[in-house]
Amino acid sequence: MTVSSDAFGEARWVGRATPVKPGHDGMNASARSDRLERVFAKGRPALIAYLMAGYPDRDGSLQAMRVVARAGADLIEVGVPYTDQLADGPVIVNASARAREAAGGSFGLVETLEVVADFIGKRQGDSPAIALMCYLNPLMSMGFERAAQLIADAGAEGVIIPDLPPDMADDWLRAAEGRLDTVFLAAPTSTDARLDLVGEASSGFVYCVSTTGITGERETLPLGLSDTVARVKAHTSLPVAVGFGVSSAGQAAEVARIADGVVVGSAFVKRQADPAELEALVAEVASAVHSAGRA
Amino acid sequence: MSRLFPRADEVYAGPDEAGFFGPYGGRYVPETVMPALLELTAAFEEAASDPVFQQDLDNLLVDYVGRVTPLYPAHRLAEAVGLGTVFLKREDLCHTGAHKINNCLGQCLLAKRMGKKRIIAETGAGQHGVATATAAALMGLECAVFMGVEDIRRQSLNVYKMRLLGAKVVPVDEGTGTLADAVTAALRHWVERVEDTFYVLGSAVGPHPYPLMVRDFQSVIGLEIIDQLLARGVSRVDAVVACVGGGSNAVGTFYPFVLAPDMFGGPELVGAEAAGLGVDSGQTGASMAKGRPGVMHGFYSYLLQDETGNPLEAYSISAGLDYPGVGPEHAHFRDEGLVRYEPVTDSEAVAAFDLLCKTEGIIPAIESSHALALLPALAEKYGPAGTVVVTLSGRGDKDIDIVREAGLS
Repeated sequence: MTVSSDAFGEARWVGRATPVKPGHDGMNASARSDRLERVFAKGRPALIAYLMAGYPDRDGSLQAMRVVARAGADLIEVGVPYTDQLADGPVIVNASARAREAAGGSFGLVETLEVVADFIGKRQGDSPAIALMCYLNPLMSMGFERAAQLIADAGAEGVIIPDLPPDMADDWLRAAEGRLDTVFLAAPTSTDARLDLVGEASSGFVYCVSTTGITGERETLPLGLSDTVARVKAHTSLPVAVGFGVSSAGQAAEVARIADGVVVGSAFVKRQADPAELEALVAEVASAVHSAGRA
Repeated sequence: MSRLFPRADEVYAGPDEAGFFGPYGGRYVPETVMPALLELTAAFEEAASDPVFQQDLDNLLVDYVGRVTPLYPAHRLAEAVGLGTVFLKREDLCHTGAHKINNCLGQCLLAKRMGKKRIIAETGAGQHGVATATAAALMGLECAVFMGVEDIRRQSLNVYKMRLLGAKVVPVDEGTGTLADAVTAALRHWVERVEDTFYVLGSAVGPHPYPLMVRDFQSVIGLEIIDQLLARGVSRVDAVVACVGGGSNAVGTFYPFVLAPDMFGGPELVGAEAAGLGVDSGQTGASMAKGRPGVMHGFYSYLLQDETGNPLEAYSISAGLDYPGVGPEHAHFRDEGLVRYEPVTDSEAVAAFDLLCKTEGIIPAIESSHALALLPALAEKYGPAGTVVVTLSGRGDKDIDIVREAGLS
């Protein structure tokens, strides 16, 4: 007997299920909310500052939020510490590990929301909005309904889930609907059909990933970024913010000329334990972003 | 050859278009790699229905891997454990010493067909890394293998082999420096180099289409077992056993039996998962016994995780089984009652390793020893006339230092 190609071929293909269309039921996701979108309604590009909750410790992260608020960020994206951060580079992975250590081993969604609620309880006037950057499993582990409720109760207005593409998101969107915006990622590799999906499923804004790869500082912006942004914008009427690899005021200004918002993460997280340094960089980047002339 | 299987949708269906086996599986990955997964799914479907691809793969499996692997009746082992017959499916005799090569050749052929020049892979025990490095050398592809630093320490021989074969071994110094960390690192790298790189995933895990693809490439194991049992005139089998980490040799063994539930009197299918120091010791890899469903590495399945959803570090004496998750199709098999999963401790596996060495003159992989360790319990259940098939997924040369440390002589 040789390897029975008959049997092999047969058995391999008979086992298929009747194709089931992934149930994207076009939930009201593109309906306009007044949550995150207002961040982009100030007549100038917005600065989105990513910070890691719990780093360098609980109070340190609360202080960092106040610092970036004061220094001009329009939206704070608060990272939830997690042990398996597929989309993140070393600076954010280390901050996440340090946050967990500082809290004695466990600092997760609930603890992050306590910090957010503290921040929001004492924020003043024109203070930045809050969105959570949380990997999928902590939300799933808590249960989507309860997680969406707690996040909204804490005062956050949106969620970014880096490992949840829109075609897998129906259950989450159902739980978030009416409570939270959900921001999906668009990538340079996304096809036109996928950009439609991302645009339809997103609310608040669309997060355009500048480059393939993980978060972290890069010396130069990727070639073709303006084409990527233009493609994303052609597939959504929502504001488009660009992140991954934007670290300096110069880069941020460059991005602000082509996008509605700029996300800076690793460069801020790196300085998160030093409020003075953090404030100086955020202020510099904010002014560069806010004054960037639109092309 | 006559048609072996009934139409499957009458018996067992899965996965659906989005890669779900029941509720398990899916593609929970960053958007950056979604297009690559969709492209891969389409390329795999297309290749798999192409008789030329099929023939190329079959030729390699015969001429290069050395298939068909024997189905060996282990008389002295059967006598020692108190069963009538124990058949060992000798995947340890495959080129490179384990079943992993079946899948690597399939995926590397696909990579070539898709025009990819670079191959990356993760490895735990090093078997998949060596198999991938081998297939890459054979096909002239550039190859990098991600491996945890702890596994590099435990499996230095395989590290050296990969280098000899021209692959680059990339140490992963995160978490516990084991398999799960290597998968994360490989996925991250793939996100970065997705356009020219093919990720050869070694187990029946990860985002769709990997669990499907790995199952299909490994199903040659179960299909051969069925052919060989028929050729021997065996009419009744009580149980078919395989070890489960991510679950590639197990799904390849079980799947054809799941499709043909009436053959051989409908044997019980049993997966041996790594209990480590015991399922309640906190030092375990038993995701079926101690996990609850969650998402890691792009798929939804049973997962060892803390209360707040952080994946836990798995532990097992076996570098190939200490993974906190399990392939989504196994989770589905379990929920549907198609396969029973049993935890096996380190010391039970070491005892089974010893027994096979002494009774049959075969040194098994410590992973495969977990499957062998279920034989005494099956003997109790099926008695001295019982017939059991065990997939011996790999050979144990790589584990010599580990069993020496565990006190075998």
